Amino acid sequence: MQSLPDRHGHFGIFGGRYVAETLMPALIELERAYRQISRDRSFRQELQGYLRDYAGRETPLYFAQRLTAKLGGAKIYLKREDLCHTGSHKINNALGQALLARRMGKQRLIAETGAGQHGVATATVAALLGFPCEVFMGSEDVQRQSLNVFRMKLLGAQVRPVSSGSATLKDAINEALRDWVTHVETTYYLVGSTMSAHPYPMIVRDFQSVIGKETKRQILRREGRLPDYLVACVGGGSNAMGLFYPFLDNPEVRLVGVEGGGKGLDTGEHAASISAGTIGILHGKKTYILQDEMGQIRPAHSISAGLDYPGVGPEHAYLHSIGRAQYVAVTDGEALEAFQLLSESEGIIPALESAHAVAYAAKLAPKLGRDRIVVVNLSGRGDKDMATVAKALGVTL
Amino acid sequence: MASPKKNRIDRVFASLRERGEVALIPFLTLGDPSLEGTLDLLHTVEEAGADLIELGVPFSDPTADGPVLQHSLEVGLRAGASLPRALELVQEFRRSSETPIVLYGYYNPIFRYGLEAFARDAAAAGVDGLLVVDLPPDEAEELLQWTRPAGVHFVCLLAPTSGRERVRVVLRHAAGFIYYVSVTGVTGVKPVQPWEVRPVILSLRQQTALPIGVGFGISTAEQAAAVAEFADAVVVGSAIMRLVDQHRDQSDLPEVVAQFVRRLKQGTIGVKRPPSGAV
Repeated sequence: MQSLPDRHGHFGIFGGRYVAETLMPALIELERAYRQISRDRSFRQELQGYLRDYAGRETPLYFAQRLTAKLGGAKIYLKREDLCHTGSHKINNALGQALLARRMGKQRLIAETGAGQHGVATATVAALLGFPCEVFMGSEDVQRQSLNVFRMKLLGAQVRPVSSGSATLKDAINEALRDWVTHVETTYYLVGSTMSAHPYPMIVRDFQSVIGKETKRQILRREGRLPDYLVACVGGGSNAMGLFYPFLDNPEVRLVGVEGGGKGLDTGEHAASISAGTIGILHGKKTYILQDEMGQIRPAHSISAGLDYPGVGPEHAYLHSIGRAQYVAVTDGEALEAFQLLSESEGIIPALESAHAVAYAAKLAPKLGRDRIVVVNLSGRGDKDMATVAKALGVTL
Repeated sequence: MASPKKNRIDRVFASLRERGEVALIPFLTLGDPSLEGTLDLLHTVEEAGADLIELGVPFSDPTADGPVLQHSLEVGLRAGASLPRALELVQEFRRSSETPIVLYGYYNPIFRYGLEAFARDAAAAGVDGLLVVDLPPDEAEELLQWTRPAGVHFVCLLAPTSGRERVRVVLRHAAGFIYYVSVTGVTGVKPVQPWEVRPVILSLRQQTALPIGVGFGISTAEQAAAVAEFADAVVVGSAIMRLVDQHRDQSDLPEVVAQFVRRLKQGTIGVKRPPSGAV
């Protein structure tokens, strides 16, 4: 299973390269460059050095004792990606791709961002490696995540608000693709999730799989066995894919992806592409998407900007189709409760995205015996969400 | 595989070739200014000299289009444009016209429609070609297995970034004509640089017998004439839809578009080439 995607970039019927012809040579060039550096020792050492000394890896696998006691079931471990430099797992991939871009001789980085975490990570590595950087962000998200916008600007990046369409992540991706197609010779498009056209879903997964590799080592050291469940939130799906991937060939480990259920799947206002979507083609890949009967993309909704996307990484679509991973949805309200639960019981304020995974674990753990182990990927920290949460709780800051 | 019925695109290019003429292909967005307005404009551009017509089917996320077509496609969507409406419109147009129609758009609406059903219905409606911007030939076989026997051409794109390898892949799948994207970028933003495009087209001509059209950066009669010196077809999209936008809700809209298309046609027709397509 670990040899997917095939050489055309397909995960079963999913994935592929659905882009304008202008971009095809760039994707082929990227794939070649990536395959070359992934065999290159000096590249791996360079990346490992930055991950350790700059990003702060490895991140702890923390046993959440009070949360476990409160829920009264399986032991809950948290993979602390929130402790990474820039506050989320996004830095793992941003470092890997920026180093790749430098080796490819590219002169400029562009990125899309929803919650702003990937934008911040990209702006950070751009500053680190001396790249000019432009980040496309839906104007709706610019409002919701003003703190991250300011961070990106401080880091020297230019933030380009995108007001077309629903003015969220999908529209930011549209604009990033338009920029890339126009400046493709000189510009590296640093895709932030396991999305877009091949080879991006593979590259992002590989750079994020450091999460799962560490987790595997850590839980074996700590518990002497593999966990029963891995739980991670899924927007595009990079933190989940990074956690799941090293466990794909361990069938005893159950994988659960948690999608943004928004106001509830029956309201139509959600971001649950696998749980409630259909197969289609969006942003370079075939996968589950939210669309109407005419094939027009429906805007997603989630309280968490990072999950607010009407599609999902093709490898998740594939894992769902073969039954290797299970996908569930958690509503805005449930995520908010979990946000408070984790803050109060462990002194850890999670990102709203990660709070979705916590919410599902909180439902799951009490149903399991005390000898069972659940690992939750705490993909990011919640500082960026203060304004959103305050508003949702009716608090004026 | 059934042998495709003689396609209108092939017939038109063959007859233009005999006369030593270059095809003018105007682009119209379905639903801009309105669904009925598009039917009128189809007749307008045909009478003004269109040899083929590209009909844009709106999509919510048009990643290959610049601001003018993005806006136009949004207007079309709001007016109720969809793939089934596009087929209805073509069928209506076919009652009185044999001008070839190429549907321009994105893959998801076609995929959603159902590939086999789409090929059947498109052929029945009188669609002659498809230009699906985000469907490179590498991914197209699932669609082509149905459109090929139905006799609907899959028009492939080539771009300034296409190296030898891509040209080979694309030429293996292309039918009807090759659409050369004359600028590296989205529709209707950068102007074409004819002296840069010319050698590319001449080199492509060594590798394919298919007619070669050029588009993406042509907005004036002068540019159309310059491109007609070496291309077999000139595509003009954003410039026409910009006019539609400026004259939306005005009674002179058809006349303004007709005048512009006539000027473009005069530009291309001024360039006489020896019959049979040699350049």
